[in-house]
Amino acid sequence: MAVTGAVLVLFLIGHMLGNLKIFLGADSFNHYADWLRTVGSPALPNRTLLTITEIVLVVCVVLHMWAAVSLARRAAKARPVKYAAKRKSQANGYAAQTMRYGGVIIVLFVVWHLLDMTFGTVNPKGGDATPYDRMIAGFQPDRWWVALFYLVAMVMIGLHLRHGLWSAFQSLGLTRRPRVRGLLQKTAVAVSAVLVLGFVAAPVCILIGVVK
Amino acid sequence: MNLTLKIWRQNGSSDKGRMVTYRVEDVSPDMSFLEMLDVLNERLILEGDDPVAFDHDCREGICGMCGMVINGVAHGEQKLTTTCQLHMRHFKDGDVVTIEPWRAAAFPVVKDLVVDRSAFDRIIQAGGFISVPAGSAPEAHSVPVPKAAADAAFDAATCIGCGACVAACPNGSASLFTAAKITHLSLLPQGQPERESRARAMVEQMDAEGFGGCTNTGECTAVCPKGIPLDTIAQMNADYLKAASK
Ligand code: HEM
Ligand code: SF4
Ligand code: FES
Repeated sequence: MAVTGAVLVLFLIGHMLGNLKIFLGADSFNHYADWLRTVGSPALPNRTLLTITEIVLVVCVVLHMWAAVSLARRAAKARPVKYAAKRKSQANGYAAQTMRYGGVIIVLFVVWHLLDMTFGTVNPKGGDATPYDRMIAGFQPDRWWVALFYLVAMVMIGLHLRHGLWSAFQSLGLTRRPRVRGLLQKTAVAVSAVLVLGFVAAPVCILIGVVK
Repeated sequence: MNLTLKIWRQNGSSDKGRMVTYRVEDVSPDMSFLEMLDVLNERLILEGDDPVAFDHDCREGICGMCGMVINGVAHGEQKLTTTCQLHMRHFKDGDVVTIEPWRAAAFPVVKDLVVDRSAFDRIIQAGGFISVPAGSAPEAHSVPVPKAAADAAFDAATCIGCGACVAACPNGSASLFTAAKITHLSLLPQGQPERESRARAMVEQMDAEGFGGCTNTGECTAVCPKGIPLDTIAQMNADYLKAASK
């Protein structure tokens, strides 16, 4: 869980930084997208980096889901008789309670997102347009519900990471002393917040017409 | 005050069990929760009924025997106290109070609110011995212990083994209990020789007992009558990872 989650987080950081290139204009963004496909050439075939990334991501997402399902099944077996009174959460950790269904929402988002930005199936410009055009067309005001869905999904990812990162630090045994623990708690919050803000910046700015 | 109680009644481990509703009258706010149940039981005995079985011993929060889930919260909503330390002044006239046993596959119900917590004993047993000279007590200052380590080890050692952490955990995990026991020795010089083998054996026993896996939700530490911190779980994971990587 912690290791696959960490790989996914590293990917998200890279992906977010890449997305921010939209603010540097169409050329910069398209050039970056092109670079992703041709990096290392001619020594390496085209799409080497992308293919490796895709394989690693698929493996991590599958293992991560497998771990999540195993944990949930173990939990169900560990408490066969449920409480009659509704269990009242005492830990005020909203993020912790959204992990399971939040994870499912994130995966549904990823499916839509790939159909939209990678394959262009549900994108007004289709798969043959430049990445920049696809992104701009995808978040136009008449498609406000797409931008809204992206926003909601990013908030879910923020919550997932807020608990997930802290949980990973804890699972790896890094949070043994109160001071380090406080520091890593803040790191989890900060990384999640930066990722959410970095990701929502592009859709929001396109939606309100700052980026055209 | 007068209360309506909905209590889990189960006549032995093979009985299916059910919630039964009782009225208790003239409850004094100065009573403890267990004394309130004593009042109910005295009436049930006079009426020729079977009294509600529940565990208790010290009735002052140190033995870890008592424990029930009160209105969905292990040991009730009062923080840092056991059920025996919960007083009726936290309830008001007319309240409906739901009382259930700890729910976990590893804690089978013996009768009514009494569960069998010997799984905890087997986790402790799996921890084994520590290498210290037996016989006459050594001079107390011969083994220096840093103050911070002594404090943290003592905090972990205050775990009374009540099982509230398991009862409250959405995953039914026993990580807080096991971690408290591992941390308590792992921070002290006397615990070093068997530190990793002990962590490994106790974690494996915990898993073998059928407890769930920890997802760090923090529900355990929130209900723990001794406030055992989540840091102990990180300590357990660190010791276990170190042992497993060898
Ligand atoms: C496929 C859908 C997903 C599901 C069902 C899912 C579910 C879960 C669950 C149940 C946990 C353990 C929660 C806990 O500790 O309480 C978890 C942890 C985590 N998730 Fe996900 N998740 C999914 C997708 C993702 C994605 C896309 C990312 C990255 C963006 C991610 C990052 C993390 C991280 C870093 C952790 C912490 C690992 C740990 O607890 O040690 N997850 N996830
Ligand atoms: S860790 Fe706390 S809740 Fe769990 S058994 Fe020990 S004292 Fe009880
Ligand atoms: S009876 Fe001993 S802790 Fe409650």
